[in-house]
Amino acid sequence: MKNIIQEDQDTAQQTERISSSTLPRRSFLQFAGASAVGVALMAAGCSKDKDYVGPTDPIVPGEDKVNLGSGDTGLLNFAYALEQLEAAFYTKVVESPWSGINATEKEYLIDIQLHEIAHRELLRNVLGDGKIGNLAFDFSKVNFADRSSVLEAAKEMEDIGVAAYNGVAPLLKSKDFLTVAAKIVSVEARHAAYIRETIKPNDFTAGVVGSNGQEQPLKPADVLSRVKKYITTEINASNLPTA
Amino acid sequence: MNFLNILNEIEKVDGEIYERISPRRAAMKDFFSFGKKVAAASVPLAVGTMFKKAYGQTASPAIINALNIGLAIEHFSAAFYTRGFSEAAFGSGSTAAADKAAIGIIRDHELGHVKFLQDTIKAAGGTPVGVGSYDYTGNKEFSEPFKNFRSFLQIAQGLEDTGLRATKGVAGDLLGSPYLSAALGMHAVEARHSTKIRLMRISRGQSGTLQPWISLNDETDGRLGQGAYAGEENVQQAGNTITGINGNSAVDSARASEAFDEPITVAALRTVLGQFKVNI
Repeated sequence: MKNIIQEDQDTAQQTERISSSTLPRRSFLQFAGASAVGVALMAAGCSKDKDYVGPTDPIVPGEDKVNLGSGDTGLLNFAYALEQLEAAFYTKVVESPWSGINATEKEYLIDIQLHEIAHRELLRNVLGDGKIGNLAFDFSKVNFADRSSVLEAAKEMEDIGVAAYNGVAPLLKSKDFLTVAAKIVSVEARHAAYIRETIKPNDFTAGVVGSNGQEQPLKPADVLSRVKKYITTEINASNLPTA
Repeated sequence: MNFLNILNEIEKVDGEIYERISPRRAAMKDFFSFGKKVAAASVPLAVGTMFKKAYGQTASPAIINALNIGLAIEHFSAAFYTRGFSEAAFGSGSTAAADKAAIGIIRDHELGHVKFLQDTIKAAGGTPVGVGSYDYTGNKEFSEPFKNFRSFLQIAQGLEDTGLRATKGVAGDLLGSPYLSAALGMHAVEARHSTKIRLMRISRGQSGTLQPWISLNDETDGRLGQGAYAGEENVQQAGNTITGINGNSAVDSARASEAFDEPITVAALRTVLGQFKVNI
C-alpha cells in the first residue's frame, strides 16, 4: 500500500513542474500540446492507481493552501484533512471542558479524541510522502465553555464525517483503502450516535436516514464547504476523482 | 426516438454506460450499423433488451451473494425487532416508552433495508433469499428474549455489530459496483443502532464496562452467542500498529481497537448467526 503512494511521487514530481503556477494557462496548453507525446508515454507507464497529480509538497510555502492531489491519494488526503479537523476539535474540547462536565462525558470525549488521533495518524502513515501538511484551524465559532455549543459542533462534524467517508469510499480503486475507510466510518457513526443521544434522547438517526434505511453520502466539495468555517487553510480538491 | 441522445444523457450520469452495454466500444458501432438495417418499429425492443442487460443482469454471482448475505441478516433483524416492538419487556415509565420508541425506529430501518435489498437483488437478476424460521434463544444461549429485556438488548447489540461487520466483510466484492454506496449507507445506520442499543444497556445498568463503541473483543455479555466479536481486538491496520501510534501513548490497546471496527468472515458469520438458525 505504501509502495503505491511512493511510486506516485515520480509522477507527482513531473506533474508539479507542469502545473507550476508560474506557467500561464495558455502557455500550459501549448506546452501540453507540444509535449503530448511525452504525456502519452508518461500515462502509458502508469497503472490506473498511479495517477497522482497533486504537488509533491502539498503545503505551498508562504501560502496557506493545500492541494489534496488525485486518485486514491487525493481521497485519502481528503479523509486525512477531516481527521485532522476532528482530532484538533476534540483535543480542544478535552483541554478546556465545559464546567460541570460529568465523568462519563469526559471519559467518552477522551475516547473519541483518541479514536480521531488514531485515524489521523494511520492516514498520515499510509499517505507517507503523498500526505498534505498540517492544516490550520479556527474554532472561534465554538464556545468551549458551553456544553450545547460543543456538542452541536461535534454532532455536525460527526454526521459530516460519516457522509464524507460514504461519499469517497466508492471512488477508491484500492480494496485495501476501502477496507480502511469502512473500518473507520462505522466508528464515526458510533460517535455521531453517542453525541446525538447526549444532546437529545432517540435522536441517533434523526434527519440523516431516508425511507430506505440508508444514510446519504456527501460529495467532497459539499463536505468541504460545510467545514470551511473551521479550516483556515485553503483546500484545493479539484483533482479528486468524481466517479 | 433519438437513441444517441438517450445514450448521451445517460453518459452524463453514468460515464461507464458504453462499457456496461458492451465491454468494447467497437461493439456499439456494430450495433449502430446493425440498427440501420432493422425496421424502426423493432428498435425500442432492441434498446430495452440492451438496457436490461446493462443495468439489470450484469451483477456477478459474487455481488448477488454479498447482497443476499445482507438480506438474510436484515430479514432476521426485521423479524426480531418487529416482534420485540410488540412483545419485549420494556417495563413501564418514561424510560420504557423511550426505549420502545427507539426499537420502533430501528425496526423501520431494518424493514427499509429488507425492501431495498429485495428490490435490488431482483433488479440485478438474482433471487432474494426468504425469511427463515428463527431460534431467538440462539440455541439456548439466551433465555426468552421477548420476556427478558436484558436478553433482548444483548441480542440486539450483537446483531447490529455482526451485521455491520458482515458488510465490511463483503464490501470488497462490491467495489466498483453501484451497490457499494447503498451498502455503506446501511452500514453506517447499523453502527448508529449499535451505539443506541449500547447506551440503552448502559443506562439500564446492564453492564459496568460496556462502551458506546466496540472495545477490544467486547466479551462484556453483549455477545451474540459465541464468536461474534472475535477479531475486534485487532490493533494492526494497513501495516501499522495503532497502539501508541507515532508517539501518541494515550492511544492504548483499548482505544486502538475501538477506533476501527473489524470485518467478519462469511464462515464466522455462518457460525454466529447459525445459532439463531439464520441461513447464510
